[in-house]
Amino acid sequence: MKIDWAALGSVFGVSLVVTVALVGLFTMGVVGLARQEAAVARGGSAAPARIGAYACFALCAAAVAYGIFLIVA
Amino acid sequence: MEHITLLLAIVVVTALVFDFTNGFHDTANAMATTISTGALKPKTAVAMSAALNLVGAFLSVEVAKTISGGIINESGIRTEVIFAALVGAILWNLLTWLLGLPSSSSHALFGGLIGAAVMSAGWSSVNGGTVVTKVLLPAVAAPVVAGLAAMLATRLTYRIGAGTDEKATAKGYRAGQIASAGLVSLAHGTNDAQKTMGVITLALVTGGVLAPGSNPPLWVIVSAGMAIALGTYLGGWRIIRTMGKGLTDLRPQQGFAAQTGAATVILASSHLGFSLSTTQSCSGAVMGAGLGRKGGVVRWSTATRMFVAWGLTLPAAGLVGAGAEFLTQQGTWGVAVVAVLLIAGSGAIWLASRRKPVDHNDVMNEATDEVATGRTPVAAGGPAVAAEPAGVVTTAIAAVSPPPTATALAVPLQRSEAPDLTASPIPAPVSAVAVSDPAPVATV
Repeated sequence: MKIDWAALGSVFGVSLVVTVALVGLFTMGVVGLARQEAAVARGGSAAPARIGAYACFALCAAAVAYGIFLIVA
Repeated sequence: MEHITLLLAIVVVTALVFDFTNGFHDTANAMATTISTGALKPKTAVAMSAALNLVGAFLSVEVAKTISGGIINESGIRTEVIFAALVGAILWNLLTWLLGLPSSSSHALFGGLIGAAVMSAGWSSVNGGTVVTKVLLPAVAAPVVAGLAAMLATRLTYRIGAGTDEKATAKGYRAGQIASAGLVSLAHGTNDAQKTMGVITLALVTGGVLAPGSNPPLWVIVSAGMAIALGTYLGGWRIIRTMGKGLTDLRPQQGFAAQTGAATVILASSHLGFSLSTTQSCSGAVMGAGLGRKGGVVRWSTATRMFVAWGLTLPAAGLVGAGAEFLTQQGTWGVAVVAVLLIAGSGAIWLASRRKPVDHNDVMNEATDEVATGRTPVAAGGPAVAAEPAGVVTTAIAAVSPPPTATALAVPLQRSEAPDLTASPIPAPVSAVAVSDPAPVATV
């Protein structure tokens, strides 16, 4: 019996890092949009918040696309 | 020759039934949290999951060449052994569904295969080391990996999102959750529908219909995809309820973190060479997300029942598989008896489920839910399904498993529910209604 600890370890590490990074990115996007809405409601403009939010979402979408690529490949 | 053809037909149908229970059982993995946080309506969620499962079945061309991944020696396997293994897996899937417990369908299939192979060819046909590395270790690792990832992600999302309006952000989290749930469904379709195609193809090869090493015919791909999609669409609402509400209470952030964690773990594990069970990853992620929120709780009584079911999956499916294989060895009548027992057992479990049906209308219903999650003092500790009279389940098991050992095995499961059975949860909602609404009491 040979347990592939290296594979298990890399699954552990990759899952941890990717999950936290993705959730963090997406949360920043969501929060950015919410701040931007709040700013607009107050009559100001918050273009940087909006652009940042869209950048976050774009990165998340890229991650999802990579996920689909992994499933298909 | 006719006899072999009939047997093959039975095996193909049984494999499709297993595929169906697989979809049925695993809808919860992708959609339980999506439904419980309100990201999608129950029917919409299962329809989306079913569609993605169907797509997934057609996506991958790499068909599983082995059904057990090296756990048993498949070179001399007979068609009857596959049949017996499927019977064990189906019955365990149905029983855990009746109890509302998420458990791995693949492990049930492995268990059935091990039991049937041991009965057929002795212990030497099982590769013990592979059992440890492919079943036991992943069962421990999956919930830990997914749980830790989801817990840290939940903490992070609460920290970053602190101070924002929860209503404004909930929509965003729900959208993200739907995307992760879609990935889980797609991955499930490619993995598990392939597994059934592998089983059917192997049966056709052992039956001499296909040449060894050939790819599955189109009808196999189509029927396997349809079976898993249909099972997914009908939705194992009992398991969805346990995962979505029974283990913990999820808010949109947590649901998103849990589902993303589960999707990441499933994809990472299947592509880094250490395969983890989808069900166990998702359950672990849900619990981790539950622990990640301040003040969040995990209902450990429900979780413990789930862990017990995971531990029992391999031996229970194995015993039924072994019993079924013992009968099929007796000849044609034995195969017929097993087929009848399978139908009778499934029917009994289905009838037992009708006593307290759970469908898309009340899957997240608070009234039934209180009983389900054991939040009322009277029903403390167990889902509503535990209230099923012990006799029903025991007879169901007794009816479906020829060897007495399988009945004995069910005893610990029953025993763990014994307190719930004595403290019947049924009066709980009644008394709650009586307190909140005195009018009916007065009229009565």
